[in-house]
Amino acid sequence: MSTPLRTPMPSVDQLRSKSEVRLNVEQASYVYAPNPSQAPLFTLEALSFQAKPGEIVAILGPNASGKSTLLSLISGALEPLSGRVFLNGDATHSLPPKIRAQRIALVQQESRLLFPSRAWEFVLQGRHAYRRRLHFESDADIAIAKNALAQVGASHLADRWMDKISGGEKQRVILARALAQQPLLLLLDEPTLHLDIGAQVDLLDSLRHLAAVNRYTVVVVTHELNLVGQYADQVVLLQKGKCLRVGSPASVYQRELLEQVFQAPLTVEMTSAGRPRVTLLPKT
Amino acid sequence: MRPLTLGRLLLRCGILAVILFLVVVIALKLGAVQVSLYGLGRDLVRVLLGQSSAISTDYGMIVVDIRLPRILLAIVVGASLSVAGASFQALLRNPLADPYVLGISSGAAVGAILALMLENQLSLSPEFAGLSTPLGAFLGAAITIGAVYLLGRREGQIDSTTLLLGGVITASFLSAIITFLMSTLAGGNLRGAPFWLMGSLSTLPPRTLLYIVGIGFLVAAGAIYTTASDLNLLLAGEREAMHLGVDVPRVRIVVYLAASILTGLAVSVSGSIGYVGLLVPHAMRLLFGSDHRVLLPTSALGGAIVLVIADTLARTVVAPSEISVGAVTALVGAPFFIYLLRRRLS
Repeated sequence: MSTPLRTPMPSVDQLRSKSEVRLNVEQASYVYAPNPSQAPLFTLEALSFQAKPGEIVAILGPNASGKSTLLSLISGALEPLSGRVFLNGDATHSLPPKIRAQRIALVQQESRLLFPSRAWEFVLQGRHAYRRRLHFESDADIAIAKNALAQVGASHLADRWMDKISGGEKQRVILARALAQQPLLLLLDEPTLHLDIGAQVDLLDSLRHLAAVNRYTVVVVTHELNLVGQYADQVVLLQKGKCLRVGSPASVYQRELLEQVFQAPLTVEMTSAGRPRVTLLPKT
Repeated sequence: MRPLTLGRLLLRCGILAVILFLVVVIALKLGAVQVSLYGLGRDLVRVLLGQSSAISTDYGMIVVDIRLPRILLAIVVGASLSVAGASFQALLRNPLADPYVLGISSGAAVGAILALMLENQLSLSPEFAGLSTPLGAFLGAAITIGAVYLLGRREGQIDSTTLLLGGVITASFLSAIITFLMSTLAGGNLRGAPFWLMGSLSTLPPRTLLYIVGIGFLVAAGAIYTTASDLNLLLAGEREAMHLGVDVPRVRIVVYLAASILTGLAVSVSGSIGYVGLLVPHAMRLLFGSDHRVLLPTSALGGAIVLVIADTLARTVVAPSEISVGAVTALVGAPFFIYLLRRRLS
């Protein structure tokens, strides 16, 4: 009797590390050019990084550094010129629209409304990708929308009109719509841009909490150095379409590097929690 | 939270259907020849039972053969223009979009006139003759939307002011072409410039064309209705809609083609009746909210109501003469357009 041949099993560690990578940006690059024969207007050079469930990744850089382009590559709105962006092994660009919306939610800078709608209607839009054509919202959809509003602490806003609430409240409702999509990957494009400081901290606290509880992978585009230093697990530092560093805030935040990227004198110190804090200095 | 249910949708449509019925009854009664409600009811029952031959009175003939078809035409044209207006508003993300204001009706009219001229040249067999006008009008509408869309783009984005200006100029340019064609090439079955420029329901088109318009409305409006929830999201912008799971290119092409069909069909039987597509969807939004699953069917019914009323006014106010129904809708619609524009700018 011969024992059947067995292929060697991968070790538990190998399996874990493999299954834990949710977002995999693999040598992705992009070029904006008016037409192929002309010189490109903007180039995002190939870059790579990976993110796990529950992790917050910050894409950091000054204006025109390629932050939004990178976010579009991750969201699948743009197809990388070279390389790939994988979400749980699927290239984000080639996912069908409905499947993509079930896995990736995007919170944009501002959501312009042509006709006013109420907050609950807005949040229910997040369930569109789960609804069959010509079907009305199910009880489950409504329960999920209510839960999403509760998770961002905005249940009291449900019946308010979207154009009659403050910027911070609106941002919460927009975030609730993204949560109603029940995504794996939550993308935010400059979410703190129009918020005052209290609302900024509130938003990032909820993000931190939501990422931990719902195991979202969060990617946030911003140029808020200190918010990134406080809240991000990983920083992708961009300058003029080049990725300079990928790593923890503590490893990326080096004074000379940040001064050169942001063109401003500054100091970096470590807080007791091991988080970097940046202080901008006057140029004179 | 009070999400939409089928019951609430049907209730809203039911209320409007009852209003439409009442308006139709009144419109049948009004006119140069007065008819009693009893006589009206009796004759209508006979029509429904297929006993038209039993209607012997001249009054009955006037109601059944002249007023009723004209009212049915007003219903289909009004519904088509309103659904087209609501669709263009969503597609172009512009609350001031309307087939007439954007020159799409004029484009359809030019297409219809050219088709009629070509038809005279080619001397087609009668079966195809009825088809060429709506087909020409559809092509005219589709090409005009494409042109206005390109005019309204600035740096890859639709700019609503540029879009409106482009549409108004296109409308004026196409009206000049209509006037030119009418004055140089007037021929046998071509109707006059006032019909194409202002619209009228006074001459009943051939029966085949009526069927085409009716069936075309059901197909095109049905196609648009399948995208109703997508249109709700498209209002927030194409990029945002895409990230919420809308297949943007597919929705765009369906709505673009179907709205062109609706405009083309309406124009081929009634000329360019303006502002119905602007007024009615706005009124329905105020009454029932901006969810397209409600907005599209209520706009269809509301458009029917409005055009039946407008046409009844057009044929009774200066009786025994008539004014163009497009003049009636413009008298109400143009000031309303200004009001909306001012409110948006402030």
